[in-house]
Amino acid sequence: MLKFLLEKEFKQIFRNPFIPKLILAMPIIIMMVLPWAANQEIKNLKISVIDSDHSALSKRLANKITASGYFRLTDFSASFHNAMQSVDAGKSDIIIEIPFDFENSLFKSEIVSVMISANAVNGLKGGLGSAYLSSIINDFADELSAERGNHYQSSIIRSQFRFNPHLNYKAFIIPALFVMLLTLFTGFLPAFNIVAEKESGTTEQMNVTPVNKGIFIISKLIPYWIIGFVILSICMGIAALVYGLKPAGSLAAIYIYAIIYILVVSGLGIVISNYSSTMQQAMFVMFFFMMTVILLSGLFTPISSMPQWAQTITTINPLKYLMEVMRAIYLKGSGMHELLPQLFALCGFALIFNGWAVLSYKKSK
Amino acid sequence: MEKVISTNKLTKKFGNFIAVDSIEFEVEKGEIFGFLGANGAGKTTAMRMLCGLSRPTSGSGMVAGFDIASQQEDIKKNIGYMSQKFALYDDLKVWENLRLFGGIYGMKKKEIEDKTAQILQELGFEKERNTLAKLLPLGWKQKLAFSVSIFHEPKIVFLDEPTGGVDPVTRRRFWELIYRAVQRGITVFVTTHYMDEAEYCNRVSIMVDGKIEVLDTPKNLKAAFNAANMDDVFQQLARKATRINN
Amino acid sequence: MKQFLSFVKKEFYHILRDRRTILILLVMPAIQIILFGFAISTEVKNTPIAVFDPSKDDATRQITERIAANDYFTLVSELHSLDDIEKAFHTGAVKLIIVFSEKFLNNFMHTGEATVQIIADATDPNQASTFVNYVSNIINAWEMENAALVTQSQNNVQFGIVPEIKMLHNPQMKGAYNFVPGVMGLVLLLICAMMTSVSIVREKELGTMEILLVSPVKPLYIIMAKITPYFVLSIINLTTILLLSIFVIGLPVAGNLFILILLSLIFILVGLSLGLFISTLVKTQVAAMLISVVVMMMPTMLLSGMIFPIESMPDILQWISAVPPNRWYIEGVAKLMIQGVEAKYVIKEFIILSFMAIVLLTVSLKKFNIRINR
Repeated sequence: MLKFLLEKEFKQIFRNPFIPKLILAMPIIIMMVLPWAANQEIKNLKISVIDSDHSALSKRLANKITASGYFRLTDFSASFHNAMQSVDAGKSDIIIEIPFDFENSLFKSEIVSVMISANAVNGLKGGLGSAYLSSIINDFADELSAERGNHYQSSIIRSQFRFNPHLNYKAFIIPALFVMLLTLFTGFLPAFNIVAEKESGTTEQMNVTPVNKGIFIISKLIPYWIIGFVILSICMGIAALVYGLKPAGSLAAIYIYAIIYILVVSGLGIVISNYSSTMQQAMFVMFFFMMTVILLSGLFTPISSMPQWAQTITTINPLKYLMEVMRAIYLKGSGMHELLPQLFALCGFALIFNGWAVLSYKKSK
Repeated sequence: MEKVISTNKLTKKFGNFIAVDSIEFEVEKGEIFGFLGANGAGKTTAMRMLCGLSRPTSGSGMVAGFDIASQQEDIKKNIGYMSQKFALYDDLKVWENLRLFGGIYGMKKKEIEDKTAQILQELGFEKERNTLAKLLPLGWKQKLAFSVSIFHEPKIVFLDEPTGGVDPVTRRRFWELIYRAVQRGITVFVTTHYMDEAEYCNRVSIMVDGKIEVLDTPKNLKAAFNAANMDDVFQQLARKATRINN
Repeated sequence: MKQFLSFVKKEFYHILRDRRTILILLVMPAIQIILFGFAISTEVKNTPIAVFDPSKDDATRQITERIAANDYFTLVSELHSLDDIEKAFHTGAVKLIIVFSEKFLNNFMHTGEATVQIIADATDPNQASTFVNYVSNIINAWEMENAALVTQSQNNVQFGIVPEIKMLHNPQMKGAYNFVPGVMGLVLLLICAMMTSVSIVREKELGTMEILLVSPVKPLYIIMAKITPYFVLSIINLTTILLLSIFVIGLPVAGNLFILILLSLIFILVGLSLGLFISTLVKTQVAAMLISVVVMMMPTMLLSGMIFPIESMPDILQWISAVPPNRWYIEGVAKLMIQGVEAKYVIKEFIILSFMAIVLLTVSLKKFNIRINR
């Protein structure tokens, strides 16, 4: 029986004028564009410099800042008031104020303060911007000491960035995009498919046949399972070819987690479709649901930054687990034995959602 | 004669609304049973209960020897069903629809192939074998849907307004298919709005406001109501309805 | 006018009868504001860290305590060998590991070979830089305080420049300050454009649009009547969002509230015209919804500067980002609400949004008329 149902599903998918194109085109477009757009790398910050010293040293500091690549000079402001106007007008993101007598005080071995004022409306921008700026200033101080030929004891700190030494933001976002695409495709498509069958009346025709509802649902799951595979493979191919990003860990592990995950989201899609009678309803619910789930997955913002109640909610977010797994395998090369909690969680979700999908599918009212 | 359908005080309520009000009737093997009634009289609801699509609120019924409340899946193996709107897969070809439903009823591959060839020939559909169902004209779609519903040789076939929206000639041809099915021993349970079709039935029941008002052969009914045709009988009964027809 | 009012009433009935939709329309913005306002943030806190300390002397203990006492970090484990480092990162149990060199205090005082390694899991590069920056600051401070301990004769001139950092407008660096204007743009556009286009296309699908058009009511009135309820809904949502932001999230309205509302009304108009425009392009509800999502949601999330800074994008994306109206609205709202700038600094946004509204409205009304005349 399953054979015939599957045959039907595949024929329908291939005959659809839209879906096969979507399956091929959408991952490609998203993978080509999003890593560039979904980038929280902070660079080209607009800076206003207030140089009250006008000395060789203050000019040198200003040059060092603009040459760093993180900052783009907006203007030399005459006063803090003027600089603030630039910030208000959106022309500047950050202000650095080099005090009067900067050079003299430094040569007298006094400790000099340099004021940094960052527009922190975007906390990330303000925070990272000022961090970059202060590390440039520290470097500058070290540089001066070294030039003076002193027995300068360099700092005791050695920092090391593991797994992503060049702090490449794309490496962080790309594995997460895989997860997002898998979720969108294997969640939305089966939901719409089932609601469309409801609207056209074919579901009722199925319901008067002795077809087992478990088998009917499996026949809906398997095609999306394969679609998920195709999408994941396209994504990984593009990641390797375009961005040179290859998984540090095992490819098999990635597919195993993906298989289970697809079952989870497709199951969820079917549950939602079982409770919706029109396309519009299914769309709205799905849409709302996806928004929330994606935002609470750690895709853009770290889960550890969330308040406790939100962190608790994320424990029932399947997206979060695959996101963790994908990043861990791709960047860190973690093995499955190190990601067992996630494996159990995903298996649990798969059982719950698919069980629920079968139970909530009513052949009779 | 063998009874293939029998009901006992079969009732369906939706909230306070009694859609089907303890109806009782029997259908014998091999007959064409016309199930008439105005819109909203409750015939589709009753039919959905018999097919196992809807659970009765109270009362009971037997279809093909199985209980409609507890043995719905067994009933489904023994019946065919054709709904008011074309409910086959639009984006599957004619033969693919036949193959799908044959497969669902557990028919063997060879069996499906032979039967498909035979049906396409009977319908004169050989040329349309590879046509997508959505491209067929409505009358053809109805014939296809009927063929699908009896593809697995069920004991009973339920037809819910099978000929809506087509011209009298096409309807006539459709009824020829029904007669052919009956000759093979299939019991036909049909709802319709067309009173000329009611005349083709062996027996006819007419529902008014959720109850079966009359049940007899068309001939006896016409005599009892002193009417020239079934339409007249129907009009006389329908006027009694208190529910709003829409 | 009476006809017009009865049409508006009809539209309201449509909306009010569909419970699920109305629930989503009114509750979704509230939930999103709360999610964005509280849950979505890039603040660093309670980051799990581990320490590998083979010295275990007063100095390393002091540094470890200082780091652990900080709100940003939580010390979750002490490692016993360098091999543990890899493992701790792989399971994701810690994000940062601090490794002291052996005989730390002794070396610090006498040989100058004491080191602290800060190893960060740079899977999330921004977080990693922030962590390293925070820990470096703590260790730097310790180093300066304890400079006196260094016995090695160093009669050198130290060039000490201390950066003093001030965070303008948002000293606690709350994510909400950045996200709330974004959510306002998102929700308003979603309701105005998506709902309007879907409801008009729905009437097309059902064929009721034809009935309306053969009635003696002017097409313009029909359109106005379709738009009015969503205009009202948008205003309700605007009010909810503002109230929630101010009283629940504690966002300031530093600027002129009147100008903020005026800007929002223009933006709502842009959204409604956009919805109208979409409805003239498509035939089915699903298509209307897809276009709304693909053309509006994605660019809003990605290109409005709400989550991802526009400056970091390639030029071509920066140009494209000028097209979605949300970008200008969000910029304007951020300036008015949080920075509290004077009206003259948002003139650009006003002009751009008004221009967009006029163009969209003219084009879609024209298209609508053409369709009727056929």
